[in-house]
Amino acid sequence: MSRSAKNIWILAIVVLLAVAPLIFINAEFGGADGAAEEMIQTIAPHYEPWASPLAEVPGETESMLFALQAAIGAGIIGYVIGLFKGKSEKSKQQ
Amino acid sequence: MVKLKRKTAASTALLVIGFTLFLLVNEPQSAYAMHIMEGFLPVGWAIFWWAAFIPFFILGVRAIRKMTKEAPELKLMLGLAAAFTFVLSALKIPSVTGSSSHPTGTGLGTVMFGPLPMSVLGSMVLLFQAVLLAHGGLTTLGANAFSMAVAGPAAGYAVYRLLMRSGSKQGIAIFSAAAVADLATYIVTSVQLAVAFPAVEGGILASFMKFGGIFAITQVPLAVSEGLLTVLIWNWLQSFNTDELTILKRRMKGDRV
Repeated sequence: MSRSAKNIWILAIVVLLAVAPLIFINAEFGGADGAAEEMIQTIAPHYEPWASPLAEVPGETESMLFALQAAIGAGIIGYVIGLFKGKSEKSKQQ
Repeated sequence: MVKLKRKTAASTALLVIGFTLFLLVNEPQSAYAMHIMEGFLPVGWAIFWWAAFIPFFILGVRAIRKMTKEAPELKLMLGLAAAFTFVLSALKIPSVTGSSSHPTGTGLGTVMFGPLPMSVLGSMVLLFQAVLLAHGGLTTLGANAFSMAVAGPAAGYAVYRLLMRSGSKQGIAIFSAAAVADLATYIVTSVQLAVAFPAVEGGILASFMKFGGIFAITQVPLAVSEGLLTVLIWNWLQSFNTDELTILKRRMKGDRV
């Protein structure tokens, strides 16, 4: 198998792993954080959280910030890979 | 030719059956986020995990400083590893248990630089999420950083070295390292929650089964995805011929402990 074919297979499996549960399982797919809190409340009903987040951001803003986080990372990866590609082509020409 | 086709058809059918069974067996249930929420560790434990994490952070800073002094070219690679963690830990992926969780992305950096630098890179991501996203928290940052930035990479690195020494293919070693780093993170988080909140009946072990049992299943497909994505970006890097990569590979071969 050529390298690009292999990479396409890898991507396909990753997408499948994420999409299959959405199709086959009927559930909320909610944030998991709340569930952890619930579990702690069941085990230790008298536990009082002694600190709270600095700022409680609205859900929409939160997803924007998550997207921003991914975008920053992806931007840097793109920059580095592009730089490597340029360098690698330059050294091939010489 | 016909034989080959039949073989492909058989393996495809097997794959489909496998997935169907897997999805049928796993009924929807809620799972637990990797990060322990703000305020959800008792004060004593919060301090304990901070104390456990800080030495690794200092060692990590020293490791990075030493590395960038010896090979300044690797700064770019370091940025790449940090960026990879940034992206992957922002991806909330739906999983078979009917809830979403996210990978850690620490595997790539672990394989490239060893576990120590990841204690710095990983905790930077956690700080970003704690301060800006109210995801995780500052009081629990010590515990979260210990699981994701110290324990996960350490486990992943051990697996990588072991597999490379036993002569397996690098791709397989990288895949396993990333997947194990991901799973180990979640196992350590369950331990942290279990020792802080032992169940009334059965104590710590019962608690651990509760916290760990469910999200272990959630996390398995994500660990597989993480392993695959790490191999993917590694393959991508491999296709370029640059000094940085040559230096990195030379360092990866030698023992750097």
